[in-house]
Amino acid sequence: MSDDATKTPKRSRDSISNTLIVAIGVSLVCSVLVASAAILLKPRQLQNEEEFRQRIILDVAGLYAPGADIASLYASIEERTTELASGEQAPVYLVMDGSRIEQVILPIEGAGLWSTMYGYLAVENDGNTVRGLRFYSHGETPGLGDQVDKPAWREQWQGKKLYGPDGEPQIEVVKGPARDDSDYQIDGLAGATLTGRGVSIFVRRWIGEEGYGPYLKALGQEESRKL
Amino acid sequence: MNGARKVLIDPLVDNNPVTLQVLGICSALAVTTSLLPALLMCLALTSVAALSTAAISSIRHHIPNNIRIIVHMTIIASFVIVVDQMLRAYAFETSKQLSVFVGLIITNCIVLGRAEAFAMKNGVGMSFLDGLGNGLGYSAILIIVATVRELFGAGTLLGYRILPLVSDGGWYEANGLMLLPPSAFFIIGLLIWTIRTWKRKQVEVPELRIHEVHRTEVL
Repeated sequence: MSDDATKTPKRSRDSISNTLIVAIGVSLVCSVLVASAAILLKPRQLQNEEEFRQRIILDVAGLYAPGADIASLYASIEERTTELASGEQAPVYLVMDGSRIEQVILPIEGAGLWSTMYGYLAVENDGNTVRGLRFYSHGETPGLGDQVDKPAWREQWQGKKLYGPDGEPQIEVVKGPARDDSDYQIDGLAGATLTGRGVSIFVRRWIGEEGYGPYLKALGQEESRKL
Repeated sequence: MNGARKVLIDPLVDNNPVTLQVLGICSALAVTTSLLPALLMCLALTSVAALSTAAISSIRHHIPNNIRIIVHMTIIASFVIVVDQMLRAYAFETSKQLSVFVGLIITNCIVLGRAEAFAMKNGVGMSFLDGLGNGLGYSAILIIVATVRELFGAGTLLGYRILPLVSDGGWYEANGLMLLPPSAFFIIGLLIWTIRTWKRKQVEVPELRIHEVHRTEVL
């Protein structure tokens, strides 16, 4: 089986010069390999990311069906911006029903346990009822925090209310199961209490005064006037 | 040619890296909740194992002894990154499900073990076959585990409904345990038991035997 010992004398192989040559040579070849793979595949990966983001927007709005053409569906969504309290322009995505806004999709992001989580929150035209919440990028613990991607957990958001009767953000991910009669509570995820807490905090921040709160309230009033 | 055949076929059952050597268990637990990510993981690991053992074998006469492990790691890591980039470009959604586990192939004991134990002592062709064989041995176990878990845990295979669920008006009550990591332990345990009952040679001699002690000796 082995023929090594005879081919190369051990001394030269273990010499400092050979060690350096092999180390540098292997590093060079490997870095060229890795770099060319990254550069050559980049355009395709970016296209995948963009398509995925559009699909998530459609999905959170309940417009996506498997196998549907994402580009043509996405064309029906209007992209606008709104000014936040900080003066920053933030995007909102509108799903129209004739001249009326049927629902709005708000990009949200914030800290989970390990990572910044990026996602979309879809809200009905009353500015209060949740249509859905979905993340398109996060680095939460595989098997624990990444349960936020599970359909069973995501579906709970549908129909929940963002604000309590006093107009303050009430929605939250609790620890353990949510109360059955609650309009505001979402089940916690086993093993991912801190991810859930992070989601609660940043969702409330985004729908609060600093975030899309004023926009959602104005939307609710305007759309109820149209009725 | 008989030798090559043996190198390729042996790791499937007789010298399986998962069931006999009990290596690579971490990813076997993590990516087997459904069949599609498991298949992709098998493809990733098998290609990394085959390519890196071949590459390491081709420069085995030049690798200095004192940095050989780090050279192995560099080569393995490079192939893993390339495979990971390919998956992100051509199997985007499934690669999202695999998350960190493709990257963790770098630390997979099977790949490093074959590089160190086989590729450093054998020719390029044989090392390629050895990496391929061990990758396929790992794949065989992953596919069995993933099939059982997805079928009984979700009632589907590759996403197609096989067993109609009670919640959709069918008759099958999904077994939630199958979707949790412990079930992979049970299935791998049962597989090891089955294989060792079939191939008695694989049964290990106990390292420690508890002897019966007379009462007088204890006192």
